[in-house]
Amino acid sequence: MSKRYAMAIDLRRCVGCQTCTAACKSANATPPGVQWRRVLDLETGEFPDVRRTFMPVACMHCANPPCMHVCPTTATKQREDGLVTIDYDICIGCANCVMACPYDARSIERKPRYSYGTPMKSEEARFDEGKLGVATKCTFCKERIDEAERTGKVPGVDPEVTPACVNSCISGAMHFGDVNDETSHISQLLSDTEHFRMHEELGTDPSVFYIWDGGEA
Amino acid sequence: MKSERPILDRVPPRQQGDWDIRGALNFMLGGAGAGLLAAVACATPLGLDLPIMELLGLALVGAGLFCVWLKIGRPWRALHVFRRPSTSWMSREAWLAPVVFACGAAAILTQAALFFYVAGLLGLVYAYAQGRILKANIGIPAWRRWSCVVLIVATALAEGFGLLSIGAVLWPALTPFGYALAVAIALRYAAWRAYRADLRETGAPSGTLQVFDAFAFNFGLIGHGAALVLAVAGAYASQPLVAAAGGFLASLAGALFKYTLVCRAAFTQGFSLPRTPARGKGKSGVGAQPGWQAGRGS
Ligand code: SF4
Ligand code: SF4
Repeated sequence: MSKRYAMAIDLRRCVGCQTCTAACKSANATPPGVQWRRVLDLETGEFPDVRRTFMPVACMHCANPPCMHVCPTTATKQREDGLVTIDYDICIGCANCVMACPYDARSIERKPRYSYGTPMKSEEARFDEGKLGVATKCTFCKERIDEAERTGKVPGVDPEVTPACVNSCISGAMHFGDVNDETSHISQLLSDTEHFRMHEELGTDPSVFYIWDGGEA
Repeated sequence: MKSERPILDRVPPRQQGDWDIRGALNFMLGGAGAGLLAAVACATPLGLDLPIMELLGLALVGAGLFCVWLKIGRPWRALHVFRRPSTSWMSREAWLAPVVFACGAAAILTQAALFFYVAGLLGLVYAYAQGRILKANIGIPAWRRWSCVVLIVATALAEGFGLLSIGAVLWPALTPFGYALAVAIALRYAAWRAYRADLRETGAPSGTLQVFDAFAFNFGLIGHGAALVLAVAGAYASQPLVAAAGGFLASLAGALFKYTLVCRAAFTQGFSLPRTPARGKGKSGVGAQPGWQAGRGS
C-alpha cells in the first residue's frame, strides 16, 4: 500500500500560541496577509459554562480533493503519498480551487506585499516572483518529505523531514506520519484516541485529524 | 500596522473575495448569451432574419470569457485552461466555447436552420456547464447544490427570451415571444423558490440567507411579477415596446441575480467544532458552528 501522510492535532494540548503559524511563515516566506497555517480561536457554550478551544488549520491534503477536480489546468495534483500539490508554472490563478476548498486553505496574491511597504533585506532575498498570481497553500513541507525518500529518514519521527509546524509546536499537540503504516506513531495515536475531521460530511476525506479525547493527553 | 486583509477572524463563513465583478460577468454575460442562442433557435422555425441576435448571443458569451481572462492571475498562460476536461467544468466550458462559436458563426454565414438549432442546444449546454462550475465549488455552500444548477439554466433561458423580446423593437414579428418569455420567467421563479427552500432545508451560512432575503422582494416583484405582466401584455396586445420592457426587466433581474450569487451571497464554508476537547479531568462539551444557520432537515 502506498503511503498516506497525515497530521493529528491534539486539541487538548493546543494552547493557541501561534508558534506553528510563525514557523510556517518562516519556513515558506509567505507575504503579509497570507497564512498557510493559522490557529483558530473558538469560544463555545454559554455563561457560566464557556470554553475556549484553539484549532490549528491549513490545507487538509484531502484524499478526495475538490480543489484538484475543479482545477482546469492540472496545476493542482495529488501525489501517491497523499500530498496535494500546486505547480506554480502551470497555474493560471483562476481561483476555481479557492472556491472549491471548504477549508479556506488557498490564497492568491497578485502583487508583491511587504510588511512595511518597502521590502526588508530578508523579504527581498526570499521573494519568489513565481508565486505571484497563482494559488498557494500549505505543502506539508513537501521538500522535507522528498528528502525523507532520499535519505530513508521518517517524517514525523526525524525533525529534518517533518513539517516545520509540527517541529515547532511547544505543547506536542501536532503529530505527523503515514497513516497507512499501522506501526507508525500517528496510526497508534489515532487508534487510541477519539478524533474528528473537519467537514467530513462533504466527502473530501481530509488528512488532518483533530483529537478531542481518549488515550493519554 | 493594519492588515489589508484580516485573516485571523476567519472562523465563521466570510464573503469570498477572489471572484469579483469580472468573474461574475462571465456568468452574467455568458449565461445571457447562451440563453439567447437557445431563444433564437426557438424562433428559427418562424423564418425570421435573426443573424444579428445570434451574433449578439455569441458576442455576450465571448465578452463573458474575456472578463474571466481579465481576472485570472496569469492571463498569458490562459490556454492551460484546456488541460483537465476529465473532471473540471471550467475546462469543459473552455472546450465548449469554440464549438459554440463555430456553430453560431456557421448559422450566421449559411443561415441554415440546422446550425441555429445546434447552436441553441449548445447554448443550453453552455449554461448548464456554468451551473456545474458553481456546483463543483463545494467551498461555497450557496453554489454546491443541484437547485443552483437548475436556477442558472432557468435564468439563462429567461435572459435569452428577455433579450429576444427586446429584439421585438427592431423586429416586431418577435413580439409573440413575450408568451415564451412569460413561461421562462415563471420557470425561473419556480427554480428560485426551490433554490431558496433548498438552502433553508439543508442549511447555509447566515450571511448567504440574509443577502438573499434582502434581494428576494425586488427580484420577485420587479424581475418576475412586473416582467411577466409586461411580457404577456405586450404579446397579447401586439405591442413590441411593452414586450421589450418585460424582456429588459427579466434580463436585468437575471444579471443582478448572478452578480448577487457570485459576489455577495457567496460565503465560504467557515469552520466548525463538532465538540470541544476534554481537557484535564474535564469532559468534552458541545461544539459550535459560528455564522451558520442549520437546516430544517438537519
Ligand atoms: S484542504 Fe482545500 S486546498 Fe487542501 S486538499 Fe483539501 S480542498 Fe484542496
Ligand atoms: S488557481 Fe491555479 S491551481 Fe487553482 S484551479 Fe486555477 S489553475 Fe488550478
